[in-house]
Amino acid sequence: MIQFVVHEEGDGVGVVVVEGVKAGQELTGWIMEDDKDIKVKAQSDIPIGHKVSLKDYKPGDTVIKYGVDIGKVVAPIKRGEHLHVQNVKTKRW
Amino acid sequence: MDLSKASFWGYKRENGRVGVRNHVVILPVDDISNAAAEAVANNIKGTMALPHPYGRLQFGADLDLHFRTLIGTGSNPNVAAVVVICIEEQWGKKVADGIAATGKPVAYFGIEQHGDHDTIMRASKAAKEFVQWASERRREERPLKELWVSTKCGESDTTSGCGSNPTVGNAFDKLYPQGNTLCFGETTELTGGEHLVAARCRDDKVRARFQFMFDRYQEVIERHKTSDLSDSQPTKGNIEGGLTTIEEKALGNIQKIGRKCIVDGVLDKAEAPTGPGLWFMDSSSAAAEMVTLCAASGFAVHLFPTGQGNVIGNPILPVIKLCANPRTVRTMGEHIDVDVTGLLRKEMTPDQAGDKLLECMFRTANGRLTSAEALGHREFVLTRLYASA
Repeated sequence: MIQFVVHEEGDGVGVVVVEGVKAGQELTGWIMEDDKDIKVKAQSDIPIGHKVSLKDYKPGDTVIKYGVDIGKVVAPIKRGEHLHVQNVKTKRW
Repeated sequence: MDLSKASFWGYKRENGRVGVRNHVVILPVDDISNAAAEAVANNIKGTMALPHPYGRLQFGADLDLHFRTLIGTGSNPNVAAVVVICIEEQWGKKVADGIAATGKPVAYFGIEQHGDHDTIMRASKAAKEFVQWASERRREERPLKELWVSTKCGESDTTSGCGSNPTVGNAFDKLYPQGNTLCFGETTELTGGEHLVAARCRDDKVRARFQFMFDRYQEVIERHKTSDLSDSQPTKGNIEGGLTTIEEKALGNIQKIGRKCIVDGVLDKAEAPTGPGLWFMDSSSAAAEMVTLCAASGFAVHLFPTGQGNVIGNPILPVIKLCANPRTVRTMGEHIDVDVTGLLRKEMTPDQAGDKLLECMFRTANGRLTSAEALGHREFVLTRLYASA
């Protein structure tokens, strides 16, 4: 059973695709482009569609998804934590 | 799916274009003609009024766009015939003449010096003739390439980028080699991935035109913004669905143009393509505005991926909704035509999802009503460029 998907190898985030992910849960992911499995332990409750961080980030780091820059980190994030608007912002506008 | 001999059943119009619906439209040119237009549509069964809030004291490029959108809507091959109603007869004539260039039946009526009662009576007589004539048009079998297909996503979330948008991309990759005319847009929603679209342009001329449209829209954002646009772009719904930044949203959006299609040309808002291939149209990213522009450009069927569940439809352009988010399919299933949630459970391949969407597209083109049509979603939303004079 897949709980999250990753677009491609090297992306720093996965997308949770099931409802009800809780902190402490071991999650199985699928790297779609490379058809590989990946595991991560959730450190936060993460709603369906929201992102789980696959690495540790510090403010100023760049987040990569689809192999492309999707924004800058503005608060520290640990692997397994919920990565969203509270810790990542656009670099545009 | 082998599309090389594929066909659909459509209405061949006087100018050679093929539609998949047979509407008789009562088209007001301006806001104050809505009441008469709606009265005519109420009188004559089988016709449809397209009320809207604009058309007075517009000027310059904004006025040009207004006329282009109305004439394009009337000219769309999903429309069999048009009755134009206007406060000032001469502007009704301008719109009617534009539509008449397609060869389809069109009549226009001015309200000034007649009043609503007399206008409604005269226009109802024309509408009755048109709807009875249209009711005898018959579908005929046409080659797939004559179907013009547009796309725009809405109320997106992260499942759009990994599920429903790549499904449209897979379908576009299959349609493109068949010679279909295809369209995408949403200029600001390419922000962060614009270099990927530029790289897909056919040549430097197309690339320069794309970059011009992209930069022109960025300038509007820069001039008017009061924040980083969070809650507007991405929207609150996008953020609720897990999208964090415009860049992330854009990269998901771009999945809709597949992996093989080339961007063959660039259109201004509501401009009609001049040949087959994939066209980028400069357009708002707001669903109803963008789909209205696609209809005005002449597209006959629309593929609309959603994540959180956008409920949009269009009066003349059938909007096919697909979704990969299992929560949305569960809670808003009546709006979803194609369920591709299996993609994210690894129970369906992208190729199978693309085929499932194409199968729905053929059924829709052949006459099956979309969920949005059955639910009565007829959002007709004209794009404005700036304030009235």
